[in-house]
Amino acid sequence: MSETSAQPAHVHAPPTGFWRKYVFSLDHKVIGKQYYGLALVAVFTGMILSWLMRLHLVWPAARIPGLELLSKAGAPGGVMTPEYYLSLLTMHGTLMVFFVLTNAPFAAFGNYFLPIQIGAEDMAFPRFNMMSFWVTFTAWVVLMLAFVIPDGPPIAGWTEYTPLSAIGKDAGPGMQWGASLWGLSIALFCAGSLLGALNFIATTLDLRAKGMTLMRMPLCTWAWFITSCIALLAFAVLLPACILLILDRHAGTSFFIPSGIVASDRLQPHAGGSPLLWQHLFWFFGHPEVYIAILPSMGIVSHILINSMRKPLLSAKVVIYSMMSIGFLSYMVWGHHMFLSGMNPMSALAFSFPTLTITIPATILTLIWLGSLYGANIQINSASLFALGFISMFVAGGVSGFFLAQPSIDIYLHATYFVVGHFHMVMGVASLFGVFAGTYFWFPKMTGRYMNEGLGKLHFWITFIGTYCIFMPFHYLGLIGNIRRYQSFVDDFMAPYIPLHKFITIAALITGAAQFIFLFNLIYSRFKGKPAPENPWNATSLEWSIPSPPPWNNFGDKHPVVYHDPYQYGVKGSKGDFVMQDSPEVIPGGD
Amino acid sequence: MASRVAPVVTAASGAERASRSGIWVGIFAITMSFMAFTSALFVREGSLDWGHLALPSILYLNTLLLLASSGTFELSRRHLEATPGGRVRSGQMGLIWLAATLALGIAFCAGQYIAWQELRAQGVYLATNPNSSFFYVLTFIHVLHVVAGISAFIYLLGRLLLRNGSLRRSFFDNTVIYWHFMGVLWVYLLLLCRMKL
Repeated sequence: MSETSAQPAHVHAPPTGFWRKYVFSLDHKVIGKQYYGLALVAVFTGMILSWLMRLHLVWPAARIPGLELLSKAGAPGGVMTPEYYLSLLTMHGTLMVFFVLTNAPFAAFGNYFLPIQIGAEDMAFPRFNMMSFWVTFTAWVVLMLAFVIPDGPPIAGWTEYTPLSAIGKDAGPGMQWGASLWGLSIALFCAGSLLGALNFIATTLDLRAKGMTLMRMPLCTWAWFITSCIALLAFAVLLPACILLILDRHAGTSFFIPSGIVASDRLQPHAGGSPLLWQHLFWFFGHPEVYIAILPSMGIVSHILINSMRKPLLSAKVVIYSMMSIGFLSYMVWGHHMFLSGMNPMSALAFSFPTLTITIPATILTLIWLGSLYGANIQINSASLFALGFISMFVAGGVSGFFLAQPSIDIYLHATYFVVGHFHMVMGVASLFGVFAGTYFWFPKMTGRYMNEGLGKLHFWITFIGTYCIFMPFHYLGLIGNIRRYQSFVDDFMAPYIPLHKFITIAALITGAAQFIFLFNLIYSRFKGKPAPENPWNATSLEWSIPSPPPWNNFGDKHPVVYHDPYQYGVKGSKGDFVMQDSPEVIPGGD
Repeated sequence: MASRVAPVVTAASGAERASRSGIWVGIFAITMSFMAFTSALFVREGSLDWGHLALPSILYLNTLLLLASSGTFELSRRHLEATPGGRVRSGQMGLIWLAATLALGIAFCAGQYIAWQELRAQGVYLATNPNSSFFYVLTFIHVLHVVAGISAFIYLLGRLLLRNGSLRRSFFDNTVIYWHFMGVLWVYLLLLCRMKL
């Protein structure tokens, strides 16, 4: 355990004026909310794109009202072209992976709650923090510009595989300027994320309150800290990759473009590059990115479940070590995304082994959650339902990872809907369930009001059932050989499965519509929600020791002192069955 | 067992410790980025069009300039004087050494520019061959980082010359660490270019 440090004087003055208070704010809480808002816009955009794709898949000739307004060339008369389907696919993936799954659970909640949970007044570098959001926001603007330029968004998918993504306009619609905007956007996103990760690490290491040893940090703080270490490595590699990609596209270099590439009947003026180099660099970032998305949700869910169960997990330390192991192993498995790339079978084996090994800490985590739930008298509310839903999604989506980790099986399944079902459940929806759980749980702290419980539960059940209706059939479709990325299914053998695809589309429309219940609840409760007290969940960590919403400097003029670990539940304290971290009460056997 | 408190309060403030951590974390991220470029170089050198690039000789002079600037920066640090507010100010010699560091840093960038011009004069551009591509990319991105250090020097000089002439010790020390790292990184890149390009 490390020493704790004295708190500094106020790191910045109280904000005055509209711009400093709400726009270019140095306050980590405002920045957290800005990240959350950006993620919210991105998730609804990405979801609507997925609706459009699902509609096109099952009714390819259908005229979608309003689509022509988005792109005349991509949807003449409102009917989506095959190329535009790929454009929407690219934008859906990019928005969701970068601007939702990285921003919401990590940057948004991490920014808001990490400093408070460790007893700090703000992040270590508030100006860098503000800069990291606005660079990320600029990255989003640059990406969205692809929708309005005549070229349209790129068609190379969110992984922008080379050489398709590197050769420019000959590669198809959106590949001239759309792909350049993608490269610039992701490079900016990397820069913003690096600044953010640096801030999280320095803040956690050096701004902890007196008594807040590392092992007394809440599990979500640990998750954000581990995630920031992963992000630091991952984005530091993707940024150079994007620079090289942009140079290939605009400066005539050949880092990723091999000799003899003919596109649009034109021999490309490049030679000697390696398309696999891009895949290596991309997936060296890409697989850790999966854990950048999921680890914060693991921490958030653990934090919420403990509060709902009113008892600690079987072992918080094992949870921390498991998350560390996952973070460490995430850097040894990138090649499992490339089993189909023609790599040496020995290399495939070398990547398969750590991939299977990573299931060990993941399984330990699951067993700890389930074992702790056994016999627990859990309080059911929207937050705990989404936390339980997270475990369900993580297990259901994660089990298919066992299959995909093995090259012999993955070679058959990799280009099918099986993989789409796998990663949407385990990385996408599971992570979002953590975000939903966090939102329902921390909303009273952030606004001083409860979210509506009835609407929250309705939102949960439609989303939970709908998610299974959408993504479980994907696994089945993959097993029968349904290729992914295709914009329509014309093979004879697919004809019997079109009704199943229609079922999935209807489920996606309903599940997506349920998210508007959440949006309504969020906005309505912000202004009209039932007022919440300072500590509505009888929780123990430091964020519940301060007013709701917290003042600009979090703890006022006090410097909190921490006496206990964050999960003193099921003990007899002066306030009930819990003792807060900053309470000097003596707990027999406590830390 | 009764609850325990960890009451240790260290001398350095959290903000100062955080800035020290921050600089090391930043150095780690920059190192990781250059490792990515290096990996790309190793992969790319396996192709048939990989050739040889004659490095401009001015690079060796530039190396001396950059390493000398680390020395002058250290000399400047020796002339820092503590002020009652826990901050530092610099004596006249310290300011002179700091100005020398700034001049050497700018001279290094100018020298790198001359190296690029020499290559261009020989008809070797960014896209001429993979060797030249890597040379321009590695050296240019390194110079960008050096420019960030030069900006910090200008800030340091400004703070020490203006107002009450004092600043936080940690800012000075962190700039020194960053600048030394720029030197180490450049020596690594020069060796890499020498051996591989």
